[in-house]
Amino acid sequence: MKKILFFIPFLVFVALGVVFYQQLGKDTEYMPSALVGKNVPEFKLVNMESDTVVSNGDMPNEPYLLNFWATWCPSCSAEHAYLGELAEQGVNIVGVDYKDEPPAAKKWLAERGNPYSLVLLDEMGRFGVDMGITGAPETFVVSAEGKILYRHQGVVDAEVWENLLKEHMQ
Amino acid sequence: MIMLPEIGHYFLILAMLFALALAILPMLGYWQRNAILLAAAKPLTYVMMALTCASFLILAIAFARDDFSILYVSQNSNSLLPIWYKVSAVWGGHEGSLLLWITILTLWASLVAYKSETLPNSTGPVVLSVLGVVATGFLAFILFTSSPFIRLLPDQPVDGVDLNPLLQDIGLIIHPPMLYMGYVGFSVAFAFAIAALITGNLNASWARWARPWTNVSWAFLTLGIALGSWWAYYELGWGGWWFWDPVENASLMPWLAGTALIHSLAVTEKRGVFKSWTVLLAIFTFSLSLLGTFLVRSGVLTSVHAFASDPTRGVFILALLVIIIGSSLFLYALRASQVKSQVSFGLTGRESWLLINNILLTILTLTVLLGTLYPLIFDAFDLGKISVGAPYFNAVFSPIALLLIVFMGIAPLAKWHSTKGALLWRMAWLPALLAVTLSALVFTFHTFDAYLWLSFAIALWLVLMCVRDWLDKVLSARQSLWQRARKLPRHYYGMQLAHMGVAVSLIGVIFVSMNSTETIVRMAPGDRVTLGSYEFEFLGTRHVEGPNYTADTGVINVYQDGVVIAQMLPQKRLYKARQQMMTEAALNPGFTRDLYISLGEPLANGAWGVRIYIKSFVRWIWLGGLLMMAGGLLAAWDKRYRRKIGA
Repeated sequence: MKKILFFIPFLVFVALGVVFYQQLGKDTEYMPSALVGKNVPEFKLVNMESDTVVSNGDMPNEPYLLNFWATWCPSCSAEHAYLGELAEQGVNIVGVDYKDEPPAAKKWLAERGNPYSLVLLDEMGRFGVDMGITGAPETFVVSAEGKILYRHQGVVDAEVWENLLKEHMQ
Repeated sequence: MIMLPEIGHYFLILAMLFALALAILPMLGYWQRNAILLAAAKPLTYVMMALTCASFLILAIAFARDDFSILYVSQNSNSLLPIWYKVSAVWGGHEGSLLLWITILTLWASLVAYKSETLPNSTGPVVLSVLGVVATGFLAFILFTSSPFIRLLPDQPVDGVDLNPLLQDIGLIIHPPMLYMGYVGFSVAFAFAIAALITGNLNASWARWARPWTNVSWAFLTLGIALGSWWAYYELGWGGWWFWDPVENASLMPWLAGTALIHSLAVTEKRGVFKSWTVLLAIFTFSLSLLGTFLVRSGVLTSVHAFASDPTRGVFILALLVIIIGSSLFLYALRASQVKSQVSFGLTGRESWLLINNILLTILTLTVLLGTLYPLIFDAFDLGKISVGAPYFNAVFSPIALLLIVFMGIAPLAKWHSTKGALLWRMAWLPALLAVTLSALVFTFHTFDAYLWLSFAIALWLVLMCVRDWLDKVLSARQSLWQRARKLPRHYYGMQLAHMGVAVSLIGVIFVSMNSTETIVRMAPGDRVTLGSYEFEFLGTRHVEGPNYTADTGVINVYQDGVVIAQMLPQKRLYKARQQMMTEAALNPGFTRDLYISLGEPLANGAWGVRIYIKSFVRWIWLGGLLMMAGGLLAAWDKRYRRKIGA
């Protein structure tokens, strides 16, 4: 009988292991954006090309992707080529140059091609805070009426587009 | 030179193969009584160590040379980063910290191999073999899920993302290596315990071998935790020194369990009791070190320290934990039940006092474990997301810790087997009376708080009892005090020093919480504000260019009795590469108080939000940590551990 007592640490550990395993599936980092279903927050940002101020009313009148990127972000360079492909297919993409330096951003777009119909400068990251982003790249699907339909954290590639984003673009 | 990272990766693969051989061959040698296989343990350990050190060095070179074609380097460094931060950025992220972890493990293993002459013939190789199992697991983890040598080709970035500005600090250069020295060092005690289970030599001798190793690891862990706390204090910008953050708890749990282990090893060695308990504690301590690694790395818990989390890594570490801890506990269940201890001891013997120590420390460990895992378990049963914070820990942890410290005063005076009540009374009445009175005296100058008064009395009680015990030992003979004092063994002074350290830290904690003041004010240039006996004058800010940041430096003169005693320069930094704002607090340290200023937000007309703190005795918290560390090292260096001993 006493022998069984010595198995207690082992059994407790097994139970803990099971709890941990169940927990692993859950993504503690994943936070469904509180903004989904709401309108894009009010903003006033500078248009990189025309140097004019742009606000909510100047956004596209069709569903579009709102993509946060920066030249300092390696994952952004990884998704850049695919965004180019999407733009060629006719997807409207608005870029927000997030916490970045405009000259560097201009040079980057000149070298790699510009997939964006509009590039907004968010040098201080204020708009990023309003949109609740945690880093770059992040991409939102926004409806023609300016309502946020979906949020994706991380790189957009063919898989992400086909499985997650495309369905919201109708 | 271009191929260097590939060579580093290749060395890691080789190291894993050598570790695997180390895990298997000496074990086989033990079962088959094959001397050649047993003898292979040492050289295998040395080669494994050389390979991991070489690959660690290669990664450091990659950082020093700004090789941004390596993903890990590009994510954690930047060409503008000063060279010492480039080198410490090696362990600034997940992959590199693991490489540091395994490098330290192989260094510890080599030290065990080097020192293994004093062990019986078959024990040394089995101990090394157990360390080989652990090393194999972690090397496989690095290679399969988190190699730091992965290339970012062909699209290599021009410059790196930069080391997280929070980590660009002297405290963070040395904190992780010290912490890991402690974590990983417990693997040695663990390996001794497992070897004892395997060979069946569960007598007192394994405890004697494990003791100095445990002391040294504990000393490093103490230093690591103290450094972490010190770093959090001045870097996070609001002068807190402990946050009950999961990552901090992850280092506190092995520390508590390790403290219990140190004491129970002593009992097992000297008296041959608690044998199976001590083995379990050794397993438990190292398991908690592993659990700490798991919790921080797997993303199961989120924390302010937030390393990148990745579910595949989590599954891998969990599998590793199950294999290492699960099989140890299973082995324990099979073998430890056969141990019988013949020695009995009385209720008042030192064994009993140390048993109380072990029970309380175990409860403390479980308290922290429960608080850390509770949100997880809560979530696992879909009861919602909750977080357990400082109120829980303060309410549950501190009373038990205080009780423990009360017993800390008594146990060193107690005799093995049984202690006469009259002796205890003779030794203890005066310190008890003095502690209560002195504490009451001190508190008449402050608002009276019963709990703090009691805490302070307990701290004084511990100090006085340490002194009382020492006096008793040096005055009891005919020789002069100095002669007697020198004859007392080092392990005795080590213990005294460590216990004093606890008292010193406790005093720091009490005064910080009782006597600190703070204010948050808007200050325009020329403004003055008075706090405590100090007057602070804000002269304005000036712009400063650092190597990889720009900053606004506030200039603040501090007056005491109308005389300038210090000029303090808190900074608000903007790190260019990550566009991240950082607050660098200005500190004016002192033995009895720290002045602490941090800049808040810039306001109109050159005014700033300024936070000013006076932290009473805060330095004592870490001073106590240093004393504990010194005590642990001193005890480990005792002459008695150097003698060769038989099985």
